[in-house]
Amino acid sequence: MTNLRPTATATATATAGAAPGVRPQGEGAATRHGRARSRTGALFVTPYVLFLLVVFAVPMVYTLWISVHRFYFTAPGTDIDSPWVGLSNYRDVFTDPVVGRAFLNIAVFLVINVPLTVILALVLASALNAKIRFRAFFRAAYYLPYITASVALVAVWQFLFGTDGFVNNLLGAHAPDPSWLVNSHLAMPMIAVFVTWKQLGFFVMLYLAALQNVGKELYEAASVDGAGRVRQFFAVTVPGVRPATTLVLIYAIITGANLFSEPYLLTGGGGPDHASTSPVLLMYQKGIEQGHPDFAAALGVVLVGFVLLISLAARKISERGN
Amino acid sequence: MSASNPATGTPLTDAPATGTPVTKAPPTAARSRRSGGTAVKYAVLSLGAVAFLFPFYYMIVGSLRKTTTGDLSSAVPSGLTGGSYTAVNGAISLGRSLLNSGIMTIGVLLCTLVFGVLAGYALAQLHFRGRGTVFASLLLVQMVPFQLLTLPLYVLVVRDYGLGDNYIGMILPFAINSTAVFLFRQFFLQLPQSLFEAARLDGAGELRILWKVALPMARPAVLTAMLLTFIGPWNEFLWPFLVTKDADMQPLAVSLASFLSNLQGTVANPTGALLAGACVLAAPAVALFLLFQRHFTSTDIDSATKG
Repeated sequence: MTNLRPTATATATATAGAAPGVRPQGEGAATRHGRARSRTGALFVTPYVLFLLVVFAVPMVYTLWISVHRFYFTAPGTDIDSPWVGLSNYRDVFTDPVVGRAFLNIAVFLVINVPLTVILALVLASALNAKIRFRAFFRAAYYLPYITASVALVAVWQFLFGTDGFVNNLLGAHAPDPSWLVNSHLAMPMIAVFVTWKQLGFFVMLYLAALQNVGKELYEAASVDGAGRVRQFFAVTVPGVRPATTLVLIYAIITGANLFSEPYLLTGGGGPDHASTSPVLLMYQKGIEQGHPDFAAALGVVLVGFVLLISLAARKISERGN
Repeated sequence: MSASNPATGTPLTDAPATGTPVTKAPPTAARSRRSGGTAVKYAVLSLGAVAFLFPFYYMIVGSLRKTTTGDLSSAVPSGLTGGSYTAVNGAISLGRSLLNSGIMTIGVLLCTLVFGVLAGYALAQLHFRGRGTVFASLLLVQMVPFQLLTLPLYVLVVRDYGLGDNYIGMILPFAINSTAVFLFRQFFLQLPQSLFEAARLDGAGELRILWKVALPMARPAVLTAMLLTFIGPWNEFLWPFLVTKDADMQPLAVSLASFLSNLQGTVANPTGALLAGACVLAAPAVALFLLFQRHFTSTDIDSATKG
């Protein structure tokens, strides 16, 4: 989410650079005040820095440590040796077929979620980007799933797409068998569709903001050149909102890597034959349910590496177009 | 669209709508084409609204029906009763769950408000060694998927700190919302520098300046940050699910999920009860959103696209 914030960072540097120059005081007073403010600044930011250390830095180092040791959960206070095992946890991760399946499931998720999100969000945003009645209503309607708890929405979807659910009753003889959420071919696509639906409102708003940045004169120039509406859409709008599209891609990768509640709740613990198992769900099952936190830690490290690599590649690809 | 949006609270998308680009065709043709386009637009938008809203409608109707089934007539509100709410309350004690959700959320809000404002102010207005590093960490942290830290955090919090089934343990990972810190920083950065210089010349301490000068102007930023911060812990499932084993400590999202996976057999109309619980879980966030809608949409986007 953050790599598209060049403006913010630029402003920050500019302000920081300009401040000392405009100080109206004498040199000595300024330094004295500066030093006091420097102490205050460090003091103000200390709780946040401690928070980052405890919640991010320490766990990250700890995962690395656990991943190269044989590690057991113990009751608080008991001490059990955690012998060094080198890369054997990583070997277990790479040879486990369910791990492969979980990563494949993320790929399925991305292949469905990204295009669907980009197309639907762009279409809805384009339609909203005009003088329209009930604009506030539409906007609120699209945003609603985004702010609602996954657990509540999963409850409704499970019921809507259940074997005797509303959707199957609507489809009658055309209903899939086995039903959506317990069908090994449909479980993961259903999760991708659910997540697309839940998050679409956010991306509609994102594209709406991006659309307002696309210069009107570009459309005028295109229409002078004889481009119709459709041509204009592909020649002007689509390239104009490219930064937002990159964001969709990166956000989808992060969401895909983080999937837990949906496979766990919507498809009842990862679907039939791990059809919708996600890496994080696997981390939970292996690490906490089955008591192999070392395996789970190694899987976590692999997942982080995977996310960073794919995000980097995604950025490279989408920036090449500019 | 300017970066000052969070400051003024002006909703982004209520800015004068840019008219649709019209090709330079004869006026009548243009008009008919435009109205055709508008009809398509309304059709697309309405279709979208139905797809987004139907599950919510179905959730409410299902929670109020005496027997909740999946057949087509189930979408019609008839024979309404509040029985499902009583049933789900009996199965998972809604009051206690709501209280736990509330304590967890308020704890996060308070920590974010106090420590987040301090950090945001320091990052925007004060010069100290390591400021660049802290700011870079703030940006980096938002890229790290939280779920990946779940396992080591679980080991640390539950085993090493002994904070399982404890509000502090539930709050800790979310205590200071980094996006909120970022918003505060952006806001304080936009306030006119002369304001701060004048207060400093008068000999006011930084805490006093923050409290008397900066914060009173920061109400819109605070409101936005609080709304953003609220939905995180209120909707969170995985973390409280891991650290609360005692049903009396579970927030609503967790107790409802356990009802979803294994308690449904205990009530007469399980689907109705489940949907009733879902309504209760969804209601506070939806209500806050509808009340403060303008703040929600504008800054969320601004912070994501521009910062």
